[in-house]
Amino acid sequence: MRVNDVGGMEGFGALSVSESDPPFHADWEAHVHALVSALVRRGVFALDEFRDTIERMPPTDYLETSYYERWFRATTTLLRERGLLSADAPADG
Amino acid sequence: MSEGHHHDGSIAQQVREVEAELEASGIVSAAELEAILDAMRTPADGARVVAHAWVDAAFRERLLGDATAAIEELGYSMHGGVRPQMLVALENTEAVHNVVVCTLCSCYPIALLGPSPPWYKSEAYRSRVVREPRAVLSEFGLELAETVEVRVWDASAETRYLVLPLRPRGTDELAEEHLAALITRNGMIGTASL
Repeated sequence: MRVNDVGGMEGFGALSVSESDPPFHADWEAHVHALVSALVRRGVFALDEFRDTIERMPPTDYLETSYYERWFRATTTLLRERGLLSADAPADG
Repeated sequence: MSEGHHHDGSIAQQVREVEAELEASGIVSAAELEAILDAMRTPADGARVVAHAWVDAAFRERLLGDATAAIEELGYSMHGGVRPQMLVALENTEAVHNVVVCTLCSCYPIALLGPSPPWYKSEAYRSRVVREPRAVLSEFGLELAETVEVRVWDASAETRYLVLPLRPRGTDELAEEHLAALITRNGMIGTASL
């Protein structure tokens, strides 16, 4: 079982529900979302590959990173695997 | 700001660097990213679908029968993303309350509700709402009678769900656009009543 398969698990504590709950906590999160959309549309990687890359993160890394940090790390991992990125950004594996 | 500020700042910088490199090599364009960002920032308006279903019984039947096709009557599409998705509308009644989750990640009807709120993507919500939905709903301030059956739906990459909330009492005289203003995002996920 992969770490993302959390349905029914215990130990994640209480919900944090705020009044406004904007989708993005910071502008970079929206940029990561847009970047992933563009890369998938262009066929640089497939959505399934992207999800798989998030889900195969080491469990401790998965649990210690925020939602869009995972997205960013998976994106840079896939771009590096394809030789499309040299920038010094975090990646997995 | 909190300690998180520096951390966020460095990620923001890294995202800018990756974007700049991909733009320089022509893998994505700045205009393309800006267009996607603009679309994401435009408020989604799925409440129109619910309000229309409240006032038009025939549309309501079509929505419950084949929501993917029915929303196209109102100008929405489940085919606008990276690949087509199916939409299923879930009807709340006096006896049944529906609530939606994606336990594996964050599947959500973005075409109708926009990008999802942070709590929807949290491990706490994803893990708990399938085990103890009443407790989770009460943390949202929604207390359901014991006689109401709670149904939890786990969304997937292929199938997204939209909750059709109960129409509030005393709204018989309201026009459709005024009804739409009563309908909240959480009401359409199932973590609130109206």
